[in-house]
Amino acid sequence: MSPFFSDPILALESSCDETSAAVVVGTEIRSNVVSSQVDLHKQWGGVVPEAAARAHVEAILPVIEDALAEAQITLNDIRAVAVTNRPGLIGALSVGVSAAKALAYSLKVPLLGVHHLEGHLLSTLAGRDGLPFPHIGLIVSGGHTELVEVTGYGEYRIVGQTRDDAAGEAFDKGARVLGLGYPGGKAIQEAGAAGNPKRYKLPQGLSGVATIDFSFSGLKTAVLRLAQSEGDNISVPDAAASLQETIVSVLVERAIRASQSLNSKALTLVGGVAANRLLRDRLAAACEQEGVEFITPPIDLCTDNAAMIGLAASVRLARGERDSMDLDCYATADL
Amino acid sequence: MIEAQSWTIPDEAAMRLLGAQMASEFKQGDVIYLHGNLGAGKTTFARGLLAGLGWMGEVRSPTFNLLQDYPTHPPVLHADLYRVASWEGIGVEDYLDSHLCLIEWPERMEGLLTDEEVFHLRIEFDAEDPSARQVTLTPPQSC
Repeated sequence: MSPFFSDPILALESSCDETSAAVVVGTEIRSNVVSSQVDLHKQWGGVVPEAAARAHVEAILPVIEDALAEAQITLNDIRAVAVTNRPGLIGALSVGVSAAKALAYSLKVPLLGVHHLEGHLLSTLAGRDGLPFPHIGLIVSGGHTELVEVTGYGEYRIVGQTRDDAAGEAFDKGARVLGLGYPGGKAIQEAGAAGNPKRYKLPQGLSGVATIDFSFSGLKTAVLRLAQSEGDNISVPDAAASLQETIVSVLVERAIRASQSLNSKALTLVGGVAANRLLRDRLAAACEQEGVEFITPPIDLCTDNAAMIGLAASVRLARGERDSMDLDCYATADL
Repeated sequence: MIEAQSWTIPDEAAMRLLGAQMASEFKQGDVIYLHGNLGAGKTTFARGLLAGLGWMGEVRSPTFNLLQDYPTHPPVLHADLYRVASWEGIGVEDYLDSHLCLIEWPERMEGLLTDEEVFHLRIEFDAEDPSARQVTLTPPQSC
């Protein structure tokens, strides 16, 4: 029996800044439509939670319609509805969950709530017939930096994580200090493209300590000090390249160490920061040297999206897991 | 009764110690606005204060999650409004009576509380020494 749900799943995701709907069959993504609020936040000078929830409300039905149209199916072909119900901003999550409940109820099909991070971890399933176990998943985004040991579908253990700031936050705040734009990851990557990554020595955080945890708050302070001490003499390309180099090398070093110590067969890279080109290249090279498989989804599956929720749901639905119409949303939740 | 005070803090460890020493001075229902630029040491102060209340776990940056609460005595809410344009809609008002609230980027709290209701802790960079900070505490203003 296939470990995946073989009928069309409609998946929804609205936990943070993106409203997304996707159609997934097995591990095949038939469509994945994302509407982002990043431009709105720029306009407002930050997230306005009530307006953000309203933007999800306005976007949810159009993204569902587009996802169905792109997959060339109708609502009547849908056999299950999956939705991110944890963790995230309650106002944002409840938009997706309410829509999912209404659809599941009216179509008389199963409903399933999915953990956002399980979605990221299983985004690696796209187009594959399975994943090797055990493997290490590196989740890196604006709010997360976690090394997860994955011993099977649904079997996760966090083995390393940030003790203060997330990697994406280090990019965002570093970009802010250097006067670059938002989102910081992209801005740092572009500004640093022609820079010298060895020009400025920045702290990796927790180096020389026997741990595979991360710490990025010292890096933020160091960039700030650098900007203050160099003043107008600072080379922004060199500082951006040095910042990126520091973040990437510590992520790669600890991910490889986790993989070695847990005898993992593969290393996966997921989450918004996985879009960073240097990180992808460096981790791919390190995995090749170690003889472990490197798996990372295409960039549009790294940032928040509904297809990854559909992939995680595909595994759980095939096992017969279902949620009732009482499905709730949670701001925080263990993986 | 907490009075207006100021300190010169030489480094990060001293900032944490200040937070730890101040912990027992505050009580449930107190609100502390933590003012200071990126990298000033607001979260470091919060980390020290939580350690002073006996919290043994990590204190992660609340920037992404906006609100983080800790089951200490009194319970602590650590809020960070860096990403948001205003406090409205994130639910911070639900914690004001039940928790000791530490709020970073409090300029976005405008309209919810008055100066009579909050402590202001201001952290400024020292002009001479890059690792040092000038810290001032202003208790709620009574008219």
